[in-house]
Amino acid sequence: MQSAEPIIELVGLGKEFHTSNGPIKALDDINLSIGRGEIFGIIGLSGAGKSTLVRCINYLEVPTSGTVLFENKSLTAMRPREQRLARQSMGMIFQQFNLLAQRNVLQNVCFPLEIAGVSKKEAVDRAMELLEMVGLSDRSKAYPSQLSGGQKQRVAIARALATKPKILLCDEATSALDPNTTKSILGLLKEINKTLGVTVVVITHEMSVIEAICDRVAIIDQSHIAESGCVADIFSEPKSKIGRQLILGEATERAIQFGESKRVRITFDGRSSFEPVLSNLILACKVPVNIIHAETKDINGTAMGQMVIQLPEDELDQNRILNYLKTAKITHEEVKDL
Amino acid sequence: MIFDAATVSMLKLGIWETLYMTFTSSFFAYLIGIPLGIILIVTDKDGIFPIPWFQRILGLIINLLRSVPFIILLIMVLPITKMVVGTTLGASAVIPPLVIASAPYVARVVESSFKEVDAGVIEAAKSMGASPLQIIWKVLLPEAKPSLLVGAALSITTILGYSAMSGFVGGGGLGDIAIKYGYYRYQTAMMFATVAILVIIVQIIQEAGMKLSRVSDKRIK
Repeated sequence: MQSAEPIIELVGLGKEFHTSNGPIKALDDINLSIGRGEIFGIIGLSGAGKSTLVRCINYLEVPTSGTVLFENKSLTAMRPREQRLARQSMGMIFQQFNLLAQRNVLQNVCFPLEIAGVSKKEAVDRAMELLEMVGLSDRSKAYPSQLSGGQKQRVAIARALATKPKILLCDEATSALDPNTTKSILGLLKEINKTLGVTVVVITHEMSVIEAICDRVAIIDQSHIAESGCVADIFSEPKSKIGRQLILGEATERAIQFGESKRVRITFDGRSSFEPVLSNLILACKVPVNIIHAETKDINGTAMGQMVIQLPEDELDQNRILNYLKTAKITHEEVKDL
Repeated sequence: MIFDAATVSMLKLGIWETLYMTFTSSFFAYLIGIPLGIILIVTDKDGIFPIPWFQRILGLIINLLRSVPFIILLIMVLPITKMVVGTTLGASAVIPPLVIASAPYVARVVESSFKEVDAGVIEAAKSMGASPLQIIWKVLLPEAKPSLLVGAALSITTILGYSAMSGFVGGGGLGDIAIKYGYYRYQTAMMFATVAILVIIVQIIQEAGMKLSRVSDKRIK
């Protein structure tokens, strides 16, 4: 969970690319604070700027404005050599794993240690320890081409952790993996966060990844942070349009096919998911409703549900239902721009 | 048709001279070409140490050298040859022009091998805090090794082809024999014999290069 002390702070961060079609703003006035020890998610659609954002954190991309603070030290003010040293405290994993194809698993994990100037014996010991942790100690002599996607990402995780970084940046780390493998990799990331206390920053376009492991999330849209906060809060009450889109997902498109009458989104926290909210509503109001979308998800051990219902066209009936929801203290909001 | 002993020993010397010219020149061409190839890729605008204006000028010089036909270059660099080797005749005298002609070619071949290295892997190395030199030594060179070996087979056979032209300036080797006997004295059999030997040498070099590349490539299971 988030502690008060930030490990990464982005202040007024901006990045402009110069292309043949003129300058393109990939990031604009990004302000974020990532707490030590938390799992922080950054979600956005492709092209929103999230990959650029994560590369600004370790200065693989040099921002054109603003500052990056890592443990209160400005990366912007550092010389290249100091930046490289700082990067040894920040591990990174990628969508395409990016393992060295001509090195075997053990040599891949030893690679960052070689760069850091660690002695060979020490490096091998540390690498074996990490391979043990990711469950691949028996494949240490295999080459990346002999591994499955999930195994490759495990090697990449072991490699990223070799220099004992304080933060692990994950750039779409599960996007090339099947659902089951994704689950196990996310589990591994969560375990690393818990046992080693490594801060994890997760970049993704999938809400399910955020729900599965993140404590807090920032939603990025069109180079800006649309909103950020606790995952549970954002999930139950997304304030931005893009937030609603990402959380409702496909329901957005499906809902449009229904009539013009009023729609309401109800969210359930752990408490109300044990109550038959909808049945009670229908019995109390004696009015039918149309269920457009419903789902329950497990967010950090709490069952979170959401449902979009369509109300009858009669205004009296509508008000009766809305009043009921209000008096029953059920979190709800009218859905307009779906 | 059977050659007499004198002809056979002449052909043997020709083979030796051709191999000597080819491999000595290839060695020096790679000595110059690999660093040039690395500089080309590293200083590219998307490289790990971009100096675009320098990269463009270097690329231009390399292209200029590559556009001079070898037969003309052979004559143009005669003064340099005289200075370096002390003579303008014999197999050794062909080495300076061969190196000058092939080093830019090798630089381009090496550059294209480095270009094949996955940009993601280089980015990963950067994310671990690798310096440009470490990236060259620990990522670019080892990751490009199989491709560099294929490129070497290509370069060496091309240099072998160049070396055959040295006959025109009395450079020795199989090409020299082909011109002296096959062309000036109309000994068609000699012409075919030298060509056949050249074909075999090219085959051996090409196959050896491909084999070495395959064996060294860990991407193949």
